[in-house]
Amino acid sequence: MPTWAADEIMSVVAARLLRDGMSCFVGIGIPSTVANLARNTHAPNLFLIYEAGALGAKPYRLPLSIGDGELAVTADSVVSVPEIFNYWLQGGHIDVGYLSAAQIDRFGNLNTTVIGPDYHDPKVRLPGAGGAPEIAAHCHEVTVIMRHARRAFVPRVDFVTSVGLGPEPDTRSRLGFRGAGPIKVITDLGILRPDPQDNELTLVAIHPGVEVRDVQDRTQWPLRVAPSLEVTNAPTSEELAALRDLKNRS
Amino acid sequence: MAEHLGLSEAISRYVQDGDTVALEGFTHLIPFAAGHEIIRQQKRDLTVSRMTPDLIYDQLIGAGCVRKLLFSWGGNPGVGSLYRFRDAVENGWPVPLELEEHSHAGLTNRYVAGASGMPFTVMKGYLGNSLGEIASHVRFLDCPFTGETVAAVRALNPDTGILHAQRADRAGNVQLWGISGVFREVAMASGRVIVTVEEVVDVLDRRPGDFVMPSMAVTAVCEVPQGARPSYVQDYYERDNDLYRKWPEMSRDRDTFLAWLDESVMGA
Repeated sequence: MPTWAADEIMSVVAARLLRDGMSCFVGIGIPSTVANLARNTHAPNLFLIYEAGALGAKPYRLPLSIGDGELAVTADSVVSVPEIFNYWLQGGHIDVGYLSAAQIDRFGNLNTTVIGPDYHDPKVRLPGAGGAPEIAAHCHEVTVIMRHARRAFVPRVDFVTSVGLGPEPDTRSRLGFRGAGPIKVITDLGILRPDPQDNELTLVAIHPGVEVRDVQDRTQWPLRVAPSLEVTNAPTSEELAALRDLKNRS
Repeated sequence: MAEHLGLSEAISRYVQDGDTVALEGFTHLIPFAAGHEIIRQQKRDLTVSRMTPDLIYDQLIGAGCVRKLLFSWGGNPGVGSLYRFRDAVENGWPVPLELEEHSHAGLTNRYVAGASGMPFTVMKGYLGNSLGEIASHVRFLDCPFTGETVAAVRALNPDTGILHAQRADRAGNVQLWGISGVFREVAMASGRVIVTVEEVVDVLDRRPGDFVMPSMAVTAVCEVPQGARPSYVQDYYERDNDLYRKWPEMSRDRDTFLAWLDESVMGA
């Protein structure tokens, strides 16, 4: 039996992918947990940017909201919101950004706006875009972190809030986006990455104890499995201790 | 030159029914006291803009002040939904609410264009997504130099911008530090600018990373200590996270919300 929760394995696996010295655009929730877990373990020099204006934030506690005082007082610098979006993001200075969504499709398009076919009469009204379209467009790469639920992994999103990889190999370059887009999707079941041939998200790793069929059952499109399917290393007791310590402080 | 006014006088003079009003402040420095004064004066048919509607616009919407909302992220950060916002969108209560939806960068850049005296500015983030297709304030055009397609966003010039800051001096110069959000952009884009401050002092001693908005860019300064609660003011008070967490249960039900409104806003 696994001794970790769904959010814990997602956070640990995502944190391992960060290299020291990277610049990360961090949102509230799991992304903030991931970035600070990495900063507290193997990547002490991560440069964290929060959209409210904090550059080089080093929070001791995880913030509840994106503009918490903890971020401003620990930051190297605090700049205005237009500077964050126009200079830092659109200007191409961020290595990795994190996104989550209510829906993701086979090409990594993300929906955080409405569920249902009619924007003006939605089945569910979600919070909306926030900084997501710019993160998806401009970070050098994007890691998506979300729970693997059948209603969330859909063939086509109802509303494209943030652009993924596109059906064509040159979709992003035709739009003028310099970033690679969502090339890693980390769920509580495994890791998906785009097939280099046609950009379709493909299962490349499963977490310990997970069966491929579990992942396919919770994906609405016929999920491809990479021939070199890997099994992720289980979270170590050190990783879980660091993660739980961070959570307990907050 | 800014005039020092009482808050009720400033709102009564500079916010009229039907106006477009921006009460900004990104988590930090949200002008709640001014929002509550708008509710007490029962302003109606307002178009209000804010990146994150937050509790302040949930309250204005639930109190029936708002006809149209311009926003870019409509949740209670780290907590969940804004129920008065949802009730107005889904059920038209207490009055129907029209939405004009943006990304953060999109709304920010509309203020930038407005502050710059330009009809629009350009950005990339709306390319290829559904927001760019539905939004009436977004158009696409080709760069005259390189030919690449960019998104144009229409300038936004609120009738009145309402902001909160740490301090002002007697001449009406306003000093702010910490997270500034779109303070400067809203101040420079708006026809009139009301700034509520924690305190009025004789001399503004400068702080690392602060800025001073000169009095000539401000219409009215109102001294309102605690005027940003339950948001926070760096070096004055912390964010009341407990209230933000409790807001769903205080606001999900209409009668509970109205009782809160009567007691905490109308009766205050």
